[in-house]
Amino acid sequence: MSILVNKNTKVICQGITGEQGTFHTRQMVAYGTKMVGGVTPGKGGTKVDDIPVFDTVDEAVRKTGADASVIYVPAAFAADAIMEAVDTGIGLVICITEGIPVIDMVKVRRFMEGRNSRLVGPNCPGVITPGECKIGIMPGHIHKQGSIGVVSRSGTLTYEAVDQLTRLGLGQSTCVGIGGDPVNGTNFIDVLDLFQKDPETSAIVMIGEIGGSAEEEAAAFIKKNVTKPVVGYIAGVTAPKGKRMGHAGAIISGGKGTADEKMKAMEEAGIRVTRSTADIGKTIAEVLQKV
Amino acid sequence: MNIHEYQAKQILAKYGVAVPKGKIAFTPAEAEEAAREFLAEGNGVCVVKAQIHAGGRGKAGGVKLAKSKDEAANIARELLGKTLVTHQTGPQGKEVKKVYVEEGCGIERELYLGFVVDRSTQRVAIMASSEGGVEIEEVAERSPEKILKEFIDPAVGLQAFQARKLAFGLGIDKTLVNKAVKFMTALYNAFVASDCSMAEINPLVVTKGGDIIALDAKMSFDDNALFRHKDIEGMRDLDEEDPKEVAASRFNLNYVALDGTIGCMVNGAGLAMATMDMIKLSGGFPANFLDVGGGANKEQVTAAFKLIMSDEKVKAVLVNIFGGIMRCDIIAEGIIAAAKEVGIKVPLVVRLQGTNVDQGRKLLAESGLNIITAEKMDEAAEKVVAAQK
Repeated sequence: MSILVNKNTKVICQGITGEQGTFHTRQMVAYGTKMVGGVTPGKGGTKVDDIPVFDTVDEAVRKTGADASVIYVPAAFAADAIMEAVDTGIGLVICITEGIPVIDMVKVRRFMEGRNSRLVGPNCPGVITPGECKIGIMPGHIHKQGSIGVVSRSGTLTYEAVDQLTRLGLGQSTCVGIGGDPVNGTNFIDVLDLFQKDPETSAIVMIGEIGGSAEEEAAAFIKKNVTKPVVGYIAGVTAPKGKRMGHAGAIISGGKGTADEKMKAMEEAGIRVTRSTADIGKTIAEVLQKV
Repeated sequence: MNIHEYQAKQILAKYGVAVPKGKIAFTPAEAEEAAREFLAEGNGVCVVKAQIHAGGRGKAGGVKLAKSKDEAANIARELLGKTLVTHQTGPQGKEVKKVYVEEGCGIERELYLGFVVDRSTQRVAIMASSEGGVEIEEVAERSPEKILKEFIDPAVGLQAFQARKLAFGLGIDKTLVNKAVKFMTALYNAFVASDCSMAEINPLVVTKGGDIIALDAKMSFDDNALFRHKDIEGMRDLDEEDPKEVAASRFNLNYVALDGTIGCMVNGAGLAMATMDMIKLSGGFPANFLDVGGGANKEQVTAAFKLIMSDEKVKAVLVNIFGGIMRCDIIAEGIIAAAKEVGIKVPLVVRLQGTNVDQGRKLLAESGLNIITAEKMDEAAEKVVAAQK
């Protein structure tokens, strides 16, 4: 088992005829993901390789029975694309797009209230259940099937952690990139809850960064609800105050959201925090030996 | 993106937020002319305010009262060209290149009003406090109970009852509550319509004449939304930004200047921060944050390299790339092209991992460049710290 996606997940791609959409659709197909359709308004009836393209998400979902949609639509149109997907009631919407205006995401979150879809992202690498289903932009070949759950706000930093795990022979149940934006969909707590309930996940790697208080909230949740071992890492110890570090959400504002505060909260919740990026894999291995 | 006070007030006035009359001046003569106008029609006093992108101007002597046009000209003469050091500018301070001359007003009470996007509730939040003129962080630390908050439902916008709750909570006289509601509603409209990330009115002033106006105004904008606000983008003042950060933004690179000696080029924001942290763990300190992004091309990598090498503090460079979408051979090509163009005068440590790593390493090895290679992140950080000595 795994969380969110597996070998049966049927996926459509919004923005499939764009450069990124086409490239990554092919990468996902090559990995074994069941890509059943794509959406580009005005290009309905055409095909990308042998994947049918539809004008609307509504039609794509009705005709393909898709369970998940992945979005590669440019930032100016991405909020609309998310809402179009959510409006169909599709179970999972994964938005890769970086650079969506925050006010647009505030509206998207409001639109999602009372609707049933789960959003992952935006500004994220996506979700992968190794060996079964890859939805997003992560390099599939560094992953390995196994029992470590990975959840992270960062893209390449997640690849780094996964690569370390795989080299140590520690496969992953599912890796979830929740994205680096200040207003997003699925948060740490949602994913931690899913990992805790997933019988195939034995331990969790949680990768955070400066900005906001999601890690502190996750730490409180872990203390109360998570019995599986958690290894934590926070990027940005050396980040200056008041400067945005690449990700829209990675900023220490008003002295709040520092790496030290987050690590302290996580350690107090019983999370094994490592300060060296190079030791994420090793630390999980140590923690698992103790269990 | 940040703007000056006078620009923020221009935007706010457009949305119906009450602001004092004011004029921007680049010379003492312009300041004198503006003062003459305001003194003639006002209450016999005007204010000359240094325009820099930093708070704490008042305490640093950047805001002064003038009772005559000559006095206004003298203050402008003193401020223009002066380097103002406030607690937000850092010790190097900021040079004043323009002053804002404003009509004076009789202050009855000073309050605080701030709008932000609240990450936990994922809504626009208003914070209000009866402690005007004081930094909100200080109030939050000392007496958090004095900060009133309202969260706004984006479907309906700020409702009058919410604004009333804040106004009564601040102890605003009942005869002025409607003016406060109008002020907050206009400010909310300005915030949303111009994609602000922060709007702060500190102090918000109740005047002796019974008006509610923005005595100071600070606005910053969501960079991701500037594509739909060309007018606001046009207000960007490059003099207020780090020249290297300005150069980086032309190539869509995320660059932040730091104080250390080790230049970094990394793909991905998280990994870039992690690389900086690893350098510190190894006993060094990073000279910069630089994320070349997920889909960077050869030109961007070349530009990134030139940018790092243009920093005189840099004694060694660490390139750390985990190739996912970004292929290691593309990075290698960029490094080689940049090395040939600018010349690398300091030790260079390159750590490549991920897609096409073998081709990337082969290209570097065959380039004839003097490159120290590393496979793991801790190894790379240790090597670069050792190499700079």
